[in-house]
Amino acid sequence: MTKARSALNGAARDGAVRIEEAGLQGMLTLRGDFEDARFRAAAEAAAGGAPFPERRRISRKGERALLWMSPDELLVLLPWAEADAAAAEAARALDGVHHLAVNVSDARAMFRIIGAGAREALAKGAPVDLSRQAFGPGDLRRTRMGQLAVAFWQEDGEPETFGLICFRSVAQYAFDALCVAAREDSLPRAL
Amino acid sequence: MLQLTCPCCGATGEETEFHPGGEAHLRRVGPGASDEAFAGYMFTRKNPKGVHFERWRHVYGCGKWFHVARCTATLEVFGSYRADVTAPPPEILARIAQRRPGWRLEDWTGESAPGEDVDGGQGA
Repeated sequence: MTKARSALNGAARDGAVRIEEAGLQGMLTLRGDFEDARFRAAAEAAAGGAPFPERRRISRKGERALLWMSPDELLVLLPWAEADAAAAEAARALDGVHHLAVNVSDARAMFRIIGAGAREALAKGAPVDLSRQAFGPGDLRRTRMGQLAVAFWQEDGEPETFGLICFRSVAQYAFDALCVAAREDSLPRAL
Repeated sequence: MLQLTCPCCGATGEETEFHPGGEAHLRRVGPGASDEAFAGYMFTRKNPKGVHFERWRHVYGCGKWFHVARCTATLEVFGSYRADVTAPPPEILARIAQRRPGWRLEDWTGESAPGEDVDGGQGA
């Protein structure tokens, strides 16, 4: 059996902030009617009991999380090895309900941007107001970074940590772009 | 640069996060229409200087289509609204009336009376 490998195999670089590829990360796409109680229950179950997220928010429970991606789409973060089983379980729970539950773990790459000033590094590439007042812990945004479609969110706690996902095929570009954005002495001093 | 707010996900972004979808509220003719009428539906587009209604897609964001009312001369955005209506909703028209006194929807549609085709905002 071949060994699973994430897009950049956990590459990391320390600059003004730390950029690291998250390694193997389980991700499920769940689409359906957010008003449907069965859909909501199945989503929360797949995320290990994380509450259903508010619009453009992430809700986390341990290493699992639910990300609000669009008015009819969620992304579930979970351990890589459990993604297939969770997708099957969600499909079983939603039998008869119009839905989509797919394991997209190996189609995506995930990064973490860690350190004071992480938001400044992200803001260089994304047309988003990333001031503390406008974007705080638990907030999520799908947008572009350079020319890439990405989604990023801020995790709770210190130091300032952002998660970012993009398509696997552009992982190297995303990593390089983040590393350039996070070069030493390239971030505003007054943080 | 346009600053648009997606009514589906509530995110505000500048225009590079979106993709334009052309003139809004086109009405298809046919299948029994004359060639001339069909060609008009297919190819003839308004090109107003001033208030305009357009379709946009939040292509880098939630992926949904929606409508935008804006001014082509000043790039002022009067508002955005859901995709599944066939005419601008009253709150958008009220906002335009406030900002552009004297403007009438019939000026834009080219019809003698405003269309009463809004499906009540409920969609299908």
